[in-house]
This record gives sequence, C-alpha cells and structure tokens, in this order.
Amino acid sequence: MSDYTGSEIMTVVAARALSSEDVCFVGIGAPSAACNVARLTHAPRITLIYESGTIGTRPDVLPLSIGDGELCDTALTTVPVPEMFRYWLQGGRITVGFLGGAQIDRFANLNTTVVGAYQRPKVRLPGGGGAPEIATQCQQIFITMAQSPRAFVDKLEFVTSFGHGEGGDHRRRLGIHTQGPTKLITDLCVMEPDPVTREMTVVSIHPGLTREQLQTHTGWPLKFATNVAETPPPLARELSVLRDLQQRTKRAHAA
Amino acid sequence: MTERARVLPLAAAVEECIHNGDSVAMEGFTHLIPFAAGHEVIRQRRKRLTLYRMTPDLIYDQLIGMGAAERLVFSWGGNPGVGSLHRLRDAVEHDWPAPLELVEHSHAAMANAYDAGAANLPFAMLRGYLGTDLPRVNPNIRTIQCPFTGEQLAAVPAIRPDASIIHAQKADAEGNVLLEGIVGVQKQAVLAAKRALVTVEEVVEQFGPRSPNAIILPAWTITAISVVPRGAHPSYAHGYYKRDNGFYIAWDKIARERDSFLAWMRANVLERSADEVTA
Repeated sequence: MSDYTGSEIMTVVAARALSSEDVCFVGIGAPSAACNVARLTHAPRITLIYESGTIGTRPDVLPLSIGDGELCDTALTTVPVPEMFRYWLQGGRITVGFLGGAQIDRFANLNTTVVGAYQRPKVRLPGGGGAPEIATQCQQIFITMAQSPRAFVDKLEFVTSFGHGEGGDHRRRLGIHTQGPTKLITDLCVMEPDPVTREMTVVSIHPGLTREQLQTHTGWPLKFATNVAETPPPLARELSVLRDLQQRTKRAHAA
Repeated sequence: MTERARVLPLAAAVEECIHNGDSVAMEGFTHLIPFAAGHEVIRQRRKRLTLYRMTPDLIYDQLIGMGAAERLVFSWGGNPGVGSLHRLRDAVEHDWPAPLELVEHSHAAMANAYDAGAANLPFAMLRGYLGTDLPRVNPNIRTIQCPFTGEQLAAVPAIRPDASIIHAQKADAEGNVLLEGIVGVQKQAVLAAKRALVTVEEVVEQFGPRSPNAIILPAWTITAISVVPRGAHPSYAHGYYKRDNGFYIAWDKIARERDSFLAWMRANVLERSADEVTA
C-alpha cells in the first residue's frame, strides 16, 4: 500500500515538470494545485497567470474559481480580460498551458463541450472557456486527468481543444506552430507524444501498477515507449506542501 | 449632448433599461457579478432575453431556470470549481422551463467581441478556434484573410447589446463610476451597449487619491446607477467583501432539482423586493 493517492501523485508529477523559468497559464483544480506546489517547492520564481487577468499571482490558498480575490490580492498586476487573451496568450508570452477535460483521445484532443449530439446532448458540459486558444497559443501544453475508460475514449464526440489532431504533422498543416500536448499526466502514468505519429505513449508508470491495469482504464489500445520507467514516488516534502495547501484551501472555502 | 447617469432605485433602473426581447450582457469575471440587478430582472418577469456573458455563473442559471432567456451567448457555462450549472443543463438537455438556444464561443472570442463592440467595429478577429469543432456548431464563427500576409484568422460578430449591467465599487457625486480588482470585460461591455445600468456598493462625494490609470467610467457613458450594498453577493466586491465560496458550493444542491430551485427563488428573490436591497 502506498501512502499517497492517485490524485496526489498526479499533482506532484505535474508540479515537477514546471520550472522557475516558466510562465504558466493555470486552470482550476489539479493544474492550480500542481502549479502552486511547484512554486512552493523547487520553482519559487515561476510566473502563474490565471485567465481572470492576474499575472504573477502567489495565492496562499487555492482559488475555488478562476477569479477569486486571493489571486488579485497577491498578483504583480491584474489586467483586463481582453488584454489577457490578446497580448499575453495570443501574444505568445506563455510557456506552459495546463488543460484537463471530460474526455481525451489518443492524440490528446480534448472534449469539454458535450456528450452525445450537440443539439440534444446526453450531458451538456461547461464548454471551452479559454481552452481552445490556450491549446494552440502556449508554447506547450500539459494535461492532467484521472484515467478511466469513460474519459480516455477511442473517439471524441466533440473536439473542444485541439491536441495533435489526427496525428503526424496535423498541427503544422493547420498553421499551428506551438508544440501542443507534450505531457499527459494521469493518476496512473505519464504519457508523451510519439516523435513521429504524435500518439500519446506511456513513458512512465506510477509505482505498483501494471501495464494491464493501465489498459483497463483506457478506451484505446495503449502504446508503450521502448523504455518505460517507474515514476519516482512523491517525496515527503512534496506531499506535505500539497496537503498543507489543500488543508488551508478547505478551511478558507468553508469559512 | 451628453446625458449624465441618474441615480435611481433598482426597480426603476431595471424597468427603464431592460425590456422584453432585449439583448443583455451582465458581466463581471467571477468578481463584481451584478446579482442584485439580475434578481430584479427576474422579479420584473422579463422574457425572451438574449443573454450575453462569458461565464454564465449562478446568476444566469437563475435567469434561465426562471424562464427569462431564449438565447445564451457564452463561452464557459459551469459553476467554477464546483461542477455543472444544473438549470442551464436542464434547459439545454430537456427544454425546461423553455428551450434555450446556445451560441457558443471561446473566452478569447467573447473578449475580443466585446472589445470590437466598444470600438464600434462590426466584428472581431483573432487567431482562434484552430482545429476545434466550435465553428461547426456556431455559424457566426467565420474566417477572414489578412490582406497583408494572407493568414486565415477567425472572425466573430461584435457584441453590441441593447443593455449592459455591471456592478462596481463606487460612484461619485457626479455619477462617475470606479471599478478595480479583477475588471474582466466590464468597461468594454458598458461602452459596447446602447444602455448601461451600474449598481454600486456606495456613492462617495469624490473618489479621492487614486492612480491616474484607475478604471473610471464617466457619468455620460452610463444610463442609470443604483446603490446596492452587497449587490454582487455571492460574487464579491474587492475591498468590500469576499466571494461566498460556501454559497457557490451550496448552489449545486439547491439547483440540482427543479422543486428546490423554485423554492429557493421564491424565498430569496420573488418574495423579496428591490427596496430591501437598495440603499
């Protein structure tokens, strides 16, 4: 038995992928936790940007929404939302964008719009928000999602955010010059795109899990890299920073 | 001729600014969401509204659930950090209480479209929507070729609402309005609209010392001002009160079922009056 949860290792592994040099466009949930764990551990000078307009924010507790006052209070500056999307995101200033979604396919395209037909959906999801442009305008994209066959599907019913499309040079063909999804970090493993096909490929498996277990959580036949590593487990310090942050957050939101 | 904003009771301001069938933008990006004014729109039983808002949030969940809207132009329709907007979903998935037409964009497109509206342009352009299915379901997402480089860019219509409603921290005695903190697209929404209604936390004689770059909407850009302390609750007003995250979490349960939703709306909106909230 491990002494951490799948969600915790996912967040810690995502945090490790960030550095002090990054300018990071942060989403709510696991991305927000990962970015702030990075800031509170090995990447103290990381620049965190939330789409509400807050640049260089250093929240003490995680925001519940993308525009909590905590983000503005601790930001270097807060800009209007049109400026955020025009100058900072479209302007090419962001090194890493963090995304998640309800559904993902093997080329890391994301659906956050509908399950079922668009006009008469089985489930109406929130929609794209900032994601469609984050996906193409940040230098690279990290995705964090819990891995399950309902979420990791063979074919998306709706592409809200473009990953590697149909694979290969699909991004280039659409005139997109950023890297797209370079890491897919789940509660079970880490995937990276194959250099040629761009299909997301398992490069490391979290401790104690087998290839078969990964496959049962995935709606397509998984590809594994030639050398698959074991993900180094979370360190005590990483876990304590994450748990303290989540405790502070829980207390603040209950107040 | 410039007309100055008049300070009116909330009920009178809504009656003057919002009419059946109008296109209305109630903006505020998490912060300064004009809840009290939205509730008065519900009390006055406005119908067939086209509602614009980047993030519909709880206030549009309430307007949609009470049958005020026939069309929603938006880019992200959830309860941030909590989950679904159940009344929005019920309208889209089951036509309850009425069918709701969706016109769906991305945040970048909506923000650009407000900016274009304020700038008196017919459309906004952006390097957007590449590879997504959104243009397939929204015929208002089109492309335009750059006349200099030949690059294909996305184009969306400017947002020019009949009325915009925002909440701000304060007005001065002249009817100028100051807002600060996360300022979202409120300035653009006000300048893009034919009529603008602003609710404020308080009226002060003068704004006093401030940055020369503070966001101030001159009185002659605003149709009506109402003084509504806590008029953004459960959203927040920077410098006055915090976001009521507990209520956002509680709304998930209240709005999940039609009966509990209607009971809450009766007790907290319909059976209250604008006089109770207006200062």
